[in-house]
Amino acid sequence: MLEVAAINAGYGESQVLFGVSLRVAEGEVVTLLGRNGMGKSTTVRAILGLLPITAGSIAYQGQALQRLPSHRIARLGIGLVPEGRQIFANLTVRENLLATAANSRRAREPFTLETVFALFPRLAERLRHYGNQLSGGEQQMLAIGRALMINPSLLVLDEATEGLAPLIRREIWQALTTLKDRGLSILVIDKNIDALLAIADRHFLMEKGQVVWSGTSDELRRKPELKSRYLGLEQ
Amino acid sequence: MLLFCEQLLNGLQLGVTLFLMSAGLTLVFGIMQVINLAHGSFYMIGAYVGATVALHSGSFLLAIFAALGASWLAGCLAEALILRHLYRRRHLDQVLATFGVILFCNEMTRIIWGRQPLFMDIPAALSGSVQILPGLPYPIYRLAVLAVGLAVAVLLWLIFTRTRIGMQVRAGAVNREMVAALGVNITLLYTLVFGCGAMLAGLAGLMAGPILAVEPGMGESILILTFVVIVIGGIGSVRGAFIGAVLVGLVDTLGRAFLPLLLRLLLSPATADSVAASLASMAIYIFMALVLVIKPKGLFPAHH
Repeated sequence: MLEVAAINAGYGESQVLFGVSLRVAEGEVVTLLGRNGMGKSTTVRAILGLLPITAGSIAYQGQALQRLPSHRIARLGIGLVPEGRQIFANLTVRENLLATAANSRRAREPFTLETVFALFPRLAERLRHYGNQLSGGEQQMLAIGRALMINPSLLVLDEATEGLAPLIRREIWQALTTLKDRGLSILVIDKNIDALLAIADRHFLMEKGQVVWSGTSDELRRKPELKSRYLGLEQ
Repeated sequence: MLLFCEQLLNGLQLGVTLFLMSAGLTLVFGIMQVINLAHGSFYMIGAYVGATVALHSGSFLLAIFAALGASWLAGCLAEALILRHLYRRRHLDQVLATFGVILFCNEMTRIIWGRQPLFMDIPAALSGSVQILPGLPYPIYRLAVLAVGLAVAVLLWLIFTRTRIGMQVRAGAVNREMVAALGVNITLLYTLVFGCGAMLAGLAGLMAGPILAVEPGMGESILILTFVVIVIGGIGSVRGAFIGAVLVGLVDTLGRAFLPLLLRLLLSPATADSVAASLASMAIYIFMALVLVIKPKGLFPAHH
């Protein structure tokens, strides 16, 4: 479904990605793991067309993305939950959800305000609040809801639960599980390895702008040394 | 009292004209971070095209459509050909380039229409005056200008608060990249916003046509007032532009009308008149300075 093949990208003179390849299959949950500054967010920005790539190719459902502007990529069905959430602070919760809502792929059961609220009941209580009046957890739920409202076939989350309280994290993982069951493909960046092992099918480990390891959850569980070496986690 | 009411209406009418000018400018400045000195040129284009069409067809309605269409088109062209390339440049580059657009437009009007000002008649249906208070007749045309300005303000408010386009424009003001990443063609959206801003300026120019002379360079005198308005109102805020425009319209008009009378109470008539004349022309700048002392980002700073 998503096929990233040997891409290079960077900011100005400094190259960040060196031949990154990864793929997400239909209905799969895939993670991008690695410490800070290893190129995970840069990879996401490249996929969404927010950063030009200098080599390689990106294809989504057979269509080349690398020359498309971001809005066309989004309309092909990639919904972004960006790093730092980037809620529109001057819009209400309702407006955040509706402003960019679309069903450009003509999904048969499109997301509506109701289905988003079923996923995150808290948002329904905050309908008229402005984006900057929400807690971090509520902002993250809103960012996910906002991405769902464009009815994507692939949801991309850059830092799904960073800086959130354990209870809120659990709520977000629960929601992602529900979405997975609904058949949505998900590409997720997070440091919460245990939660990811439970929900994800496949993992890509990044270091210094390259994918250094990839495999299934079972394979990752069997190699605890990977965690300490590439994620800086003590086992 | 009657004089005060009349001047109050005059001030409001200048205010709504300024609002039509500043709504577009504040959006462009606030959302796209572009300083567009050429905004006054759209005002002039609206006035010239409107006056010409009215003169040749005799229909004010046709003149309205022509003026709106021409200024909208001029705005879209200016954005697509010139301003789009300036978004990432420094403000000084933007000032230089849009100043060039002013020179071009003024010279072009001289080539097409000549140096003589055009005069535009008040449409027959709106000529004459009505008694709005006993002993106070007021021109119908000026009332119509006031009504149109207020109607546009309400319409803009509805568009901004109730429609998805309005939400997208507001969202784009704080995070342009994110709006694009969620599937909105923001380049096209901004061209449309720019065109609509230019169209409102053209509408202001058209409505000023029968009141003022239509001449090359007419846009620049109102442009300065417009910048004062958006600085007072808070850059990027349409609500601020409305309040700022009404305040500037009132301060300017009432200052000119009543400062001489007030100063005569304190000074000799001759001195009072000369002091009042210079004070009145400074009044809006003094007012702007006062507002900025209290609220450095203007009355209604847009979220950023």
